[in-house]
Amino acid sequence: MNYLIGAFKPPCHIKITYSDAKTRKQASIKKENGQMTMVPLFYSQETIGGEVSIEPFHGKKVEHIGVKIELLGQIELYFDRGNFYDFTSLVRELDVPGEIYERKSYQFEFSTVEMPFESYNGVNVRLRYILKVTVSRNYVSNIVEYQEFCVRNYTPPPTINNSIKMEVGIEDCLHIEFEYNKSKYHLKDVIIGKIYFLLVRIKIKNMELEIRRRESTGSGPNTYVETETLAKFELMDGAPVRGESIPIRLFLSPYELTPTYRNINNKFSVKYYLNLVLVDEEDRRYFKQQEVTMYRLLENQ
Amino acid sequence: MMLDAGGEDEEKWLAEGIAGLQHNAFYMHRALDSNNLRDALKYSAQMLSELRTSRLSPHKYYELYMRAFDELRKLEMFFKEETKRGCTVIDLYELVQHAGNILPRLYLLCTVGSVYIKSKEAPAKDILKDLCRNVSWVFNIPFVVSSLGVISLKSVGISCLILVRSMKDGGNWCGWLGNLEHASVGKRHCMIATQKGMVARDGDGVIDAVEFVLQNFTEMNKLWVRMQHQGPVREKEKREKERSELRDLVGKNLHVLSQIDGVDLDMYKETVLPRVLEQVVNCKDDLAQHYLMDCIIQVFPDEYHLQTLETLLSACPQLQPTVDIMTVLSQLMERFCPSFFKWKLFSKLSHAIGKVIDSQPDMPIVGAISLYVSLLTFTLRVHPDRLDYVDQVLGSCVKKLSGKPRIEDNKATKQIVALLSAPVEKYNDIDTALKLSNYPRVMDHLDHSTKKVMAVVIIQSIMKNNTHISTADKVEALFELLKGLIKDMDGTQDEELDEEDFKEEQNSVAGLVHMFYNDDPEEMLQIICTVRKHILLGGPKRLAFTVPPLIFSALKLVRSLQGHDGEAVGEDVPTTPKKIFQILNQTIEALSSVPSSELALRLYLQCAEAANDCDLEPVAYEFFTQAFILYEEEVADSKAQVTAIHLIIGTLQRMNVFGVENRDTLTHKATGYSAKLLKKPDQCRAVYACSHLFWVDDQDGIKDGERVLLCLKRALRIANAAQQMANAARGSAGPVSLFVEILNKYLYFFEKGNPQITSAAIQGLIELIVTEMQSDNSTARPAADSFFASTLRYVQFQKQKGGAVGERYEHIKV
Repeated sequence: MNYLIGAFKPPCHIKITYSDAKTRKQASIKKENGQMTMVPLFYSQETIGGEVSIEPFHGKKVEHIGVKIELLGQIELYFDRGNFYDFTSLVRELDVPGEIYERKSYQFEFSTVEMPFESYNGVNVRLRYILKVTVSRNYVSNIVEYQEFCVRNYTPPPTINNSIKMEVGIEDCLHIEFEYNKSKYHLKDVIIGKIYFLLVRIKIKNMELEIRRRESTGSGPNTYVETETLAKFELMDGAPVRGESIPIRLFLSPYELTPTYRNINNKFSVKYYLNLVLVDEEDRRYFKQQEVTMYRLLENQ
Repeated sequence: MMLDAGGEDEEKWLAEGIAGLQHNAFYMHRALDSNNLRDALKYSAQMLSELRTSRLSPHKYYELYMRAFDELRKLEMFFKEETKRGCTVIDLYELVQHAGNILPRLYLLCTVGSVYIKSKEAPAKDILKDLCRNVSWVFNIPFVVSSLGVISLKSVGISCLILVRSMKDGGNWCGWLGNLEHASVGKRHCMIATQKGMVARDGDGVIDAVEFVLQNFTEMNKLWVRMQHQGPVREKEKREKERSELRDLVGKNLHVLSQIDGVDLDMYKETVLPRVLEQVVNCKDDLAQHYLMDCIIQVFPDEYHLQTLETLLSACPQLQPTVDIMTVLSQLMERFCPSFFKWKLFSKLSHAIGKVIDSQPDMPIVGAISLYVSLLTFTLRVHPDRLDYVDQVLGSCVKKLSGKPRIEDNKATKQIVALLSAPVEKYNDIDTALKLSNYPRVMDHLDHSTKKVMAVVIIQSIMKNNTHISTADKVEALFELLKGLIKDMDGTQDEELDEEDFKEEQNSVAGLVHMFYNDDPEEMLQIICTVRKHILLGGPKRLAFTVPPLIFSALKLVRSLQGHDGEAVGEDVPTTPKKIFQILNQTIEALSSVPSSELALRLYLQCAEAANDCDLEPVAYEFFTQAFILYEEEVADSKAQVTAIHLIIGTLQRMNVFGVENRDTLTHKATGYSAKLLKKPDQCRAVYACSHLFWVDDQDGIKDGERVLLCLKRALRIANAAQQMANAARGSAGPVSLFVEILNKYLYFFEKGNPQITSAAIQGLIELIVTEMQSDNSTARPAADSFFASTLRYVQFQKQKGGAVGERYEHIKV
């Protein structure tokens, strides 16, 4: 059995290591099998370098017609499974055709790589960056090894960041005024705000603030929209009266948020909404949804 | 049985709650043991979620709460250790706020808050403020901050009575009680703390303490006010009761404020009072406002109130209209009474109120007036003897009102009525009120109908207290007040007047006229002239009501003069009956010019009689003349004529002042009128009544038997004619009763010894009646029959009685 398995196994072991693997920050990403794993974290215009080592199994030799490493940025739409769209593709040739008898290492470097989009793993779409080592062979299939890494991009704090303030209501029934202190929040931000009850003629049971993510993929008639509620945060428990002012203080850090992505390569976009929901005693829901822009702030700033 | 079922359900719910709580507590313990912060938070939040129920009664809820509370203590220990292990408390403070549900979030927040305060990493007051801000947004949990009360005591040395309420299910009263305990504990701590001067030592500490209690007071009051809106309407009454039981808890905040050593006058003035008043005004709840105003007045020292009168008073007009500001203020003012000189206080109050009103030009007029009302109430209570103060208050009110259009606002009007009623009620004596020069000026600002109401109030007060108004000046002043009733106001003609109301008003005015009295005839005459002057302005509708009492009042004066005839005679005495009669004549003339001729006629006759008693022949003659003229010209209705002629005859019969000539003229006229009445029976009766004009028993001069007989004969003729007319017109006999009546007259004069009336004539008349009666048997006339029968019986009786009269009857055969 072992022999048989061995027969179909690739004849060598390929390992990719980053030159700064020990110091580089890591981020957790979800693998295809659903498990979380830690991968190195890069930012746009960083230099990605390291070493590829190819080690044939016990005395086997690997004949090849060339070894190369690619850096790929791919968008994968799940409804179009199998088709990756590469928006970034860089190649470094590592070796000329020949044979490898024993462990052999190649240095590689992609300097100041432009990686305009962040890694993203959504409901219908995935954006990922990989390093792909290919040992090309004649007659037999190529030997390929992937290594995924994560990319994040920071945005400077917006210069204009107005608060969101609005009066909404149902005539002669319920009038509220709500205010969120900003319209753009960074991922570890705190939403401060308040809800002011101008008129209450219905029995409100409770009130909560939801954070919703709206992911739309594809374009034209093939647009798929998926909305997820990421957070439900109770603001009030009980019946308010007119003139009541309910404070909001919602920490965003516990939730897995990403920045707002608008039209990533014409393939998809991700937007965030704050949804204020009031529930009355007959469980009717009254809500008002407001878009907020999420951005990633450089940490330690 | 329903209750039992409910109880069983509750047991079940409680058991479920406890089970859920214990389940999560178990996992929480495991997490605590393994120092797993994330799990500890997760399970403690889940555990606390069991407290979100609103199905349990307070008692059961309390049981559940106590279990959760015990668990939280363990969690608190864990947090404390966690901070020693390097997790910063601020991180913890943020972490617990990630909880999605508000109730677990707040419990956890308080638990960490306690650790936070003890860590001294941030000022305790900031933490407490932050906690407090969160408390009010949960409305159905009773206990969140009960532990906080203790924490803050230990840490800051100030008391906080954190009120956490449960209102979703009509109130978890155990929760209240629980807090009440903490509250009392808190107070004790506070006392200790303040006694030791812990707070006072550090200036900032005082401000923190005050700030905290104030904030606490605000939140607590909001919750307290909100209670009334929770739960079903039908239980409103019950809730109100519960609310008033809870008020002490709110009030305790104020008490605590007053106990804090560092709260001096300046701080009270600058911080405490404005903040408290702001909350009181803004809560817009009458129960709360009344109680809290009372509280403020009770707990803080007099000296503070004196220095802040303006601030305190300026809040008053902003309170709900149902709040009885007067009670509130008079309590305040009563407090001052023992401790200050009264005069000083009045000027101070008056000054303060004036300033408040001046400084708020847009204050609604009703607010200003209500302030004056309370000042007035105070003045009346404290200085009942200082009428000038009262007048001063009214004066400032007038000043405020002047330049303003007439008041349309209902509430303001009510306040003015209150303002005006107060002195009247206080003094029970309109005399005093009449001395207030500003009184009528205030009244001028009322609309017509309110003016009337006020006037009626004044009149009622006079009537009730039987106050005599004894000078013309007062009468003048009083009428100035009563203008609304006395005459038509401009622009009110169109107003639909309720007939009955009008009558009632005018009747009360009429009654009032009788309350004017002075023993001195001269003054009384003055009064009468004044009254006359005013009532003559009243227009046709009123005169009918108001003239008669005036006339009678004047006649009373005449009669009293008559009594003093001997002393009072003299040319220089202006008050003579003659003069009064002149006035009366003119007055009645006014009445006759309006269509109240019958009334005028009666009054003329009354006057004539009075003149008769005064021996004023020409005057009496004049009155009669007037009466006759009225009769001729104005009395057209035949029935009224009958009544009038009988009145004239009756009065004339009693007159003894006339000389022969005058009397002849008048009697001749009267007889003439009698014969000219429309209906024969009326003619007949009037004519036989006239017979008395010629035979007055106690007057020697007037015993003219011949003319008596003439009258009676004439009456007979008329009766005959009536009979015939009846026959001709209806084919039946006329009224035999007329004959019987005439017979009775015959008998009367016969007995009086009129020589012209002979027994033969009587005999003839009797026979005539008998014949008449027999000739007509067709109609039954029981009344006439029995009348005749009794007349005959009387004749029999007189015959049998014998004596001089009996002898005269002898010749009459029945």
